[in-house]
Amino acid sequence: MSARERVAGGTANFLDERTGAAKWMKKTLTKVFPDHWSFMLGEIVMYSFVILLLSGTFLTFWFDPSMREVEYEGSYEPLNGVKMSAAYASALHISFDVRGGLLMRQIHHWAALIFMAAMVVHMMRVFFTGAFRKPRELNWIIGVALLTLGIVEGFLGYSLPDDLLSGTGIRIAEAIIQAIPVVGSYLSYFIFGGAFPGELFIQRIYAVHILLIPGIMLALITAHLMLVWYQKHTQYPGPGRTEKNVVGYPLMPVYMAKAGGFFFIVFGVTAFLGAVAQINPIWIFGPYNPGQIGAGSQPDWYMGWLDGLVRAAPPIETHAFGITISWNILIPGLIIPGIIFTLMAFYPFIEQWMTGDKREHHLLDRPRNNPNRTAIGAMSLTFALVALINGGNDLLATHFDLSINQIMWFSRIGLIVLPPIAFVITKRICLSLQRADREKVLHGRETGRLVMLPHGEFIEVHEPLSPEKAYLLSSHEQLPALEIGEADENGVANPQGIKGKVRARMSRASQEQISKPTSQDMLELEDGHH
Amino acid sequence: MSEMKNELEPLSDPGLPEHVHRKSDVDPLAAKKAERQVSILFLFSAIGTVLFIYSYIWIPREQLIFLPIFGTTNAHQLFLGLGLAMALFFIGMGAVHWAKTLMPDHEVVDIRKEQRSKDEDRAAFVATVKDGAAQAALGRRPLIKRTLGLALGLVGLSPILFLRDLGPLPGNDLNETNWKAGTRLVTDPGDRPIRPSDLEVGGVAQVQPEFPIGKVRHLDDIAQDSVLLIRIRPEEFNLDAERLSWTYEGIIAFSKICSHMGCAVALYEQTTKHLLCPCHQSTFDVTRAAKVIFGPSARPLPQLAITVDAEGYLVAKAPFNEAVGPSFWGRDS
Repeated sequence: MSARERVAGGTANFLDERTGAAKWMKKTLTKVFPDHWSFMLGEIVMYSFVILLLSGTFLTFWFDPSMREVEYEGSYEPLNGVKMSAAYASALHISFDVRGGLLMRQIHHWAALIFMAAMVVHMMRVFFTGAFRKPRELNWIIGVALLTLGIVEGFLGYSLPDDLLSGTGIRIAEAIIQAIPVVGSYLSYFIFGGAFPGELFIQRIYAVHILLIPGIMLALITAHLMLVWYQKHTQYPGPGRTEKNVVGYPLMPVYMAKAGGFFFIVFGVTAFLGAVAQINPIWIFGPYNPGQIGAGSQPDWYMGWLDGLVRAAPPIETHAFGITISWNILIPGLIIPGIIFTLMAFYPFIEQWMTGDKREHHLLDRPRNNPNRTAIGAMSLTFALVALINGGNDLLATHFDLSINQIMWFSRIGLIVLPPIAFVITKRICLSLQRADREKVLHGRETGRLVMLPHGEFIEVHEPLSPEKAYLLSSHEQLPALEIGEADENGVANPQGIKGKVRARMSRASQEQISKPTSQDMLELEDGHH
Repeated sequence: MSEMKNELEPLSDPGLPEHVHRKSDVDPLAAKKAERQVSILFLFSAIGTVLFIYSYIWIPREQLIFLPIFGTTNAHQLFLGLGLAMALFFIGMGAVHWAKTLMPDHEVVDIRKEQRSKDEDRAAFVATVKDGAAQAALGRRPLIKRTLGLALGLVGLSPILFLRDLGPLPGNDLNETNWKAGTRLVTDPGDRPIRPSDLEVGGVAQVQPEFPIGKVRHLDDIAQDSVLLIRIRPEEFNLDAERLSWTYEGIIAFSKICSHMGCAVALYEQTTKHLLCPCHQSTFDVTRAAKVIFGPSARPLPQLAITVDAEGYLVAKAPFNEAVGPSFWGRDS
């Protein structure tokens, strides 16, 4: 036995005799993970979270979360002698007087943007492929919670430096809190320790930003990964892949090397962005003062759609009996986001209710094979995109020489009209793709080769698909719509009433499909040949 | 016509495709080459760290450098970052290349089992829970059940009570500013009282209420008191008699805190006499007492009545007659 084997064996023995881990580790190290590029999206989320923890810890070594007024003395000449909060002064100190401090601040901010973007794209993957279906509904809900927390965490993060832009964001958040019926102004006074801005909010959001929310997120991410581990990963359909198996590579060594390597790649790319691409140059904005503002104030992108909704809101307030209800803030700032996130969290159960399908699913859907779900996704994204566009209406107006009035009306109408249009178009595209798949399985692939037959007719040569490809295009399951008639055969009205009618409608819509080729079709086709 | 093979059954699973060997699996030379490539990638990483160390120690912190597209930037931070990026990125590339070319690429099949426990396990679980509950005998001892409920309910109150000192109650705070009848308007910044002649037609000035000597102006004060003075030609006003009497020789004063969400309404367009809030583009018409003409704000900016005192300085005629800033539940107007 070599010396190295002796040390390894000794360590393993020490640990196993104290934890009994060998059996578990043996299973773990050979655990199988399916391979697909889209499965890396969730990895990007996790790795950027780790980068955020590392770079954030670095920043805490110098950041002073205090609103005590100080006079700036540091390397950034234009602000020398200016009165500002200790928080802003320390953020300037990190940017100009700590070696690598600006780099680390920029890495932290870029990692936050990547974290949110990767989370959104990962959720899109999960949604469009139906990976959220039973038994993974809980993990979907954890994901929605993480997305919500991520938005809040990011907002608090860029509010910490206490520059003019971040203070403006906090001011808007305060106005939303203040608009909450009955308790709004009380909540605001509790959160800010008195009148806005007060002298406490930086140290309070600091505690929430570096401890409370990251702690909750870490716990949720752990639970998320444990469930992925325990339930085994989903896989795309294809030859040899079934609901009963999982096909892929073992954790050791292939996945360890690939996933571990990928962490370094994500970190490297983030560091590159932090090095070359300036982000949030706080020294340009100056310290926060509620009587001042910069033109073109913009939140980070994941808040942009919310701001866009607020900007699109019609100016409606209700005054009666000595109270005020600000619909122009409540509806876009709290009610619509509340509805969106609730529907999102419950979507797996809504779909189960529509389809009546309560079975486990481990094979992913190709998005075209579930046209209704894909269309719902496209509809939701369209809504968010129009809102995001309106969030940048001032920049669009100045950069493209448009009138802000036009952009606002485009957005107001677009928010209502475009999502349904996106729904219909997406659904039609999916059904067309299904039709194309069916054609391909039955008649083969078009080769583009034209041949003239002896009697002068031109035909295009079709090449048969490989059995693997044909299987992929025809192996998906097509469920019939639920049989809830509006009245049964005896003319007795559906006992479930309106609810039953709605469910029957939705079920029919969600099961609208181009029927895939059956073995019967294939037999008939062959009969036609002979 | 298509030439579909007879054997093809669209619904039968042809099974996993046959494994295709990579070049490096069968050709030792290719494997050697892959090994070299992986090592070179790791070497790049090492060079990146050397660049990082060099930049940390030897590039001066104030050194600027011009980068195409990105503009002038700090060379110290730039090369630190590039070194770090290189060091990390190439470790990752090396590891992935290693996994792809040299580690086994045989797909493995594992079997799934249903998440649901076996029926006997579920039954045993239910039995255990029932048995445990029976042993605790909570159902047979209602006194314990009720008092425990009371205790747990009450103990839940204490965390809420603990939070009471987070802040004072708003009281009438949101309805009040530091503007009183006779308060002088002073420049911000500068704290100098101003006369009407200091502001030319077309001019704008930000003012605060004058504070007695010794009183410090906090951000909370600025968040409520900030006022914008605008001077136009008096005949351009389109105001009722009362509002017109709140102006002085063409000078009109509005709260600078947006009536929508409290941003500073800072953009004044001289030609149209519009005030614009850069946060959500609420636009107010100065000539018509800051009537909202665009955007999400539902109320005009509050107008401050002004006049001049005996020494000819601008003063407030009266406090604001409504709350400034964003709306809140108890706002009564």
